[in-house]
Amino acid sequence: MVRNRKIAYIFSGTLVLVSFCALIIWGLKPGIDFTGGSLLEANYPNNRPDIAKIQASVNALGFGNVSIQLAGDSGIIVRSKDLSQEEHQKLLAALNIDGKIAEEKNFNSIGPVIGKELRQKSWIAIILVAVMIILYIAFAFRKVSLPVSSSQGGTLASWKYGVVAVLALIHDVTIPTGTFALLGHFKGIEVDTLFITALLTTLGFSVHDTIVVFDRIRENLKKQIGLSFDDTVEISIRQTMARSIITSMTVIFVLVALLIFGPASTKYFSLALLIGVVFGTYSSICLASPLLVSWKKWSEKRKLRK
Amino acid sequence: MGYFIAAPYLNPGSIFDRFPFRLGLDLKGGVHLVYKADTSSISPGDIGEAMAGLRDVIERRVNFFGVTEPIVQVEQTGSSLNPLEKEQRLIVELPGITNLDEAIKLIGATPYLEFKTERPEAERDEILAAQKNNQRMNEDPYFVSTQLTGRYLKKATLNFDRTTYAPSILLEFNDEGGKIFAQITKENVGKRVAIYLDGAPISVPVVREEITNGHAQITGDFKPEEAKELVRNLNSGALPIPITLISQQSIGATLGGITLNRGLWAGIIGILAVAVFLIIWYRLPGLIAVFALCIYIVLVLLLFKLIPVTLTAAGIAGFILSVGMAVDANILIFERMKEEVRLGKTLQTAMEEGFRRAWPSIRDSNISSIITCIILYWMGTSMVKGFALTLGIGVLASMFSAITISRTFLLALGLKEIKWYVIAK
Repeated sequence: MVRNRKIAYIFSGTLVLVSFCALIIWGLKPGIDFTGGSLLEANYPNNRPDIAKIQASVNALGFGNVSIQLAGDSGIIVRSKDLSQEEHQKLLAALNIDGKIAEEKNFNSIGPVIGKELRQKSWIAIILVAVMIILYIAFAFRKVSLPVSSSQGGTLASWKYGVVAVLALIHDVTIPTGTFALLGHFKGIEVDTLFITALLTTLGFSVHDTIVVFDRIRENLKKQIGLSFDDTVEISIRQTMARSIITSMTVIFVLVALLIFGPASTKYFSLALLIGVVFGTYSSICLASPLLVSWKKWSEKRKLRK
Repeated sequence: MGYFIAAPYLNPGSIFDRFPFRLGLDLKGGVHLVYKADTSSISPGDIGEAMAGLRDVIERRVNFFGVTEPIVQVEQTGSSLNPLEKEQRLIVELPGITNLDEAIKLIGATPYLEFKTERPEAERDEILAAQKNNQRMNEDPYFVSTQLTGRYLKKATLNFDRTTYAPSILLEFNDEGGKIFAQITKENVGKRVAIYLDGAPISVPVVREEITNGHAQITGDFKPEEAKELVRNLNSGALPIPITLISQQSIGATLGGITLNRGLWAGIIGILAVAVFLIIWYRLPGLIAVFALCIYIVLVLLLFKLIPVTLTAAGIAGFILSVGMAVDANILIFERMKEEVRLGKTLQTAMEEGFRRAWPSIRDSNISSIITCIILYWMGTSMVKGFALTLGIGVLASMFSAITISRTFLLALGLKEIKWYVIAK
């Protein structure tokens, strides 16, 4: 892993770069949770059709994500993207099923579910999470900063472990986001509140996975296993590899089950998570720990130059 | 293991119904409230901004009394191009909570704070004269509204006078509000400025000089209890615009019953696959891990019921992630045990070492998860909060289950033969 780290760097760097480009050029396609849209309220005076039938009929219109809710005893509420007058009429027609006529009560425009406050606060929260993780790792790994043995050739400051963990985290979150920017552009896939949840989950998983490997490096440094820092990191990765892969496999089992057997509305949620988990595992093995080695080599070179 | 999750849904009328899960809007539906906002005092250009502010205040307010993950959305009636003719509404959807009246009361109790200045005398007399003839009854003859409302409030604090112990409320405006307040006080030196709360004047002080520090003091005739409640209400959100409830109806789930069932079955299949895998790969310890995980899942679900936590798709995602982390803790321990056995240690020592050595990584990875949860819970609203809460509870419970339950069973069984434990060398 350590020796071939440049391959991983190029691979990850390319993916992150492509993701960033996709995000900058096309951006994510925001769903109605973010943009708002239209809200139609209707009533079925004689017998309301089954919700599944309404859903199928409306989905056939191809208006993107449409949420349909039963309201009271005979009403329905339909939230969709902003509809033109023509689309509005099409939607109304689609609601008439098996001779059961829908009478429109209201047709209004609605704002986003995800407010300005949540968006602003989310950014602060993410930055705060990153800072706190760096601080916690710096604290938990403080002993790796102590001089261990001459064979290790000096040490790497513990806060650098935190920074590397956060770099891996950014990598793991950027790739699924970029993928959805591509999916949004080419397939019209929208992102919704579930997508945000998937990103948050990836964030949690990524740090968790990285720390397990770092913990082993910490232990092996203390026991002076390995001839050099590179060697210690390599041994640690190999020792934790079985666990990393097995744990990811169990999560992947659940996600693949959800992707295949689960409902249509959580399909893209499962997909986003699957990408996040796969890259989270990959980055903790092939990216995060080798980065420690590179950082150490780089700072040693700098010291020599001085 | 699937049974424990599925039972409450699949066997209606079972013992589980005594403590039902509190399911969120997307899974179970709830109630759809529509409020009408009175935007008459706001210039058309500012309406969008004011409604967005109103949305955020109400969302914060609903979250304030428990994580219920509401949906709060601005609605605009009609499609006419003139914004003045559009009616501005706010849709608030709450999950099927039991105390709906209380929720409505809480949203309604959100205070509407407003500063008004004296109306010029000529105008005042004109309105008073008209009102004698039962005209212009909706107008306030004495004061006119200003731009300054609860929208610009940063913080309210309760003070007591040192000598009289009379309570007073100190209002602190944000930068923008501070500037408006400075302007108002500058233009009205020697005149009265009225502070209105929910449409009634609570204090009418005379301005002595321009106030530029963005602080205002209300010394109304409060009882300490009233003042305390008012400060709490102001801090949890003062309304930028007054609102009235115009309709209320029950609604179904956004994700729908079929979705929920399919999702549950998919989850059960996934978890069963994990269980089978753990048993085949780790044999006896795997079986014990599956058993510990069952206890863990029941424990967490019980906590969700008792707290109670509103379960939505986001909340369930948090829970599933925590199950993943619980599985991971077991895997960490067992992998470590296998390593120790390979190093030639006896089974008993290997078990104890496995738990002891795996602990730091379980601890550090879980603490970093908990830190993330705390920040997300604290900073986030609605959905993010729900996710952080279920993940946080799950992670805490998983640290407990991996270390205590798995360990106790494994050590208690104390099987001597190595073939029960290690499959691959």
